Amino acid sequence: MSKPKYTVAVTGLNAIDSPGPGIAVIRALREAESFDVRIIGLSYESLEPGIYMHDLVDKTYQVPYPNAGQQVLFERFDYINSKENIDFLFPNFDAELFNFISLQTRLDEELGIKMVLPTQEQFDARHKANLYEYGKEHGIKVPFAKMVFSTAEIPSIANEIGFPLVVKGKFYDAKIAYSADEAMQHFNKISAQWGLPVLVQEFVHGSEVNVCGIGDGNGVTLGAVPMRKLYITDKGKAWAGVSLDDEKLLEVTQKLVKATKWKGPFELEFMKTNEDEYNLIEINPRFPAWCYLTVGTGQNQIESLVNMAMGNKVKPFTTYDVGKMFIRYSYDMVVNMKEFEQISTIGEL
Amino acid sequence: MKVRKNIAISDSGFLFNPSSGDSYSVNPIGQEIIQLLQEEKSEQEIMDYILKEYMIDKNTVEKDLYDFLNMLKNYKLTE
Repeated sequence: MSKPKYTVAVTGLNAIDSPGPGIAVIRALREAESFDVRIIGLSYESLEPGIYMHDLVDKTYQVPYPNAGQQVLFERFDYINSKENIDFLFPNFDAELFNFISLQTRLDEELGIKMVLPTQEQFDARHKANLYEYGKEHGIKVPFAKMVFSTAEIPSIANEIGFPLVVKGKFYDAKIAYSADEAMQHFNKISAQWGLPVLVQEFVHGSEVNVCGIGDGNGVTLGAVPMRKLYITDKGKAWAGVSLDDEKLLEVTQKLVKATKWKGPFELEFMKTNEDEYNLIEINPRFPAWCYLTVGTGQNQIESLVNMAMGNKVKPFTTYDVGKMFIRYSYDMVVNMKEFEQISTIGEL
Repeated sequence: MKVRKNIAISDSGFLFNPSSGDSYSVNPIGQEIIQLLQEEKSEQEIMDYILKEYMIDKNTVEKDLYDFLNMLKNYKLTE
């Protein structure tokens, strides 16, 4: 039986030391059993490695930064779509999701580009700043946290939650502070890079465990694989990890997906305490950079997501291999200046 | 004391805890003790076995076995 061929556009081609999920998503798509793909890379900068990985990415287009606005973004997609006829789009950055959620209906109805994304309400509610309330509402333990707009607010919050505490950027970055001075230093650094507000969160002792999964929007978990990082870079990114056998963690995940009717991919970050309690510290509304591990464990969640959008039948995964590891590596490509010139000047390669 | 059911130990003494993702290396005698625990042998039975199989005094076995079992407990390898 011949397989359908989909044209899938993917962002997050920055396979660097703090990698975007794009390349992992593309590898999973290339290994999909139910369809073939033509991959359209979408890049923000000319040195994103994925642009030059021609065995994985068929063609790349530069797209405008999120702050250029939705109309500019739509017009760029109108142009790209006129050339490529995109079936499905994978946004892979937190910072671009707001625009894509807002444009979801227009992209589908006017250009025929499908996406599977959380609703705007889900996206806002799970935001770091609102996560404590979100957890309370859905019966999931979340460390206490407060939004902070200036360093003057830090001492009073520190009095409330004690030290150490965690200072977090609204999109990325988290640093542990052991004193008010240190917390203020982290605040200044993080707010300079990621803007305001900055989040100050109670520190929970334990080991971090993560779950990569997808929700169908009706409360059903279509796939979920728990992982623990085995090696962490100085940027806090996993360089190696292993899939876990953790029934309780899967139960917490299913409970969350059921309660929130989560739609689309997610990464849940938990702190597991010595008493085996799970504290939810973050919900990322997209696939993580380690999502290729799910393929290795027998759950091609990325393939499922495309099938879900294309109206194909998607059966929930019920098993996965425990003890599968991923280990990242870096790799130097040699690239002709001509290619760099082309993506930099014409915005296509 | 029982070793957790999902703990896997290979012939080379490599031990993997799939609940935490931690892995350990144990020497041959540690491997034997874990195997005996998996067979649900009591601490007394394990001690008797070691005294029978190896040239060692009772006090040393008692102390070392106690240390080893405590370590397994601390690493959450037991239930």
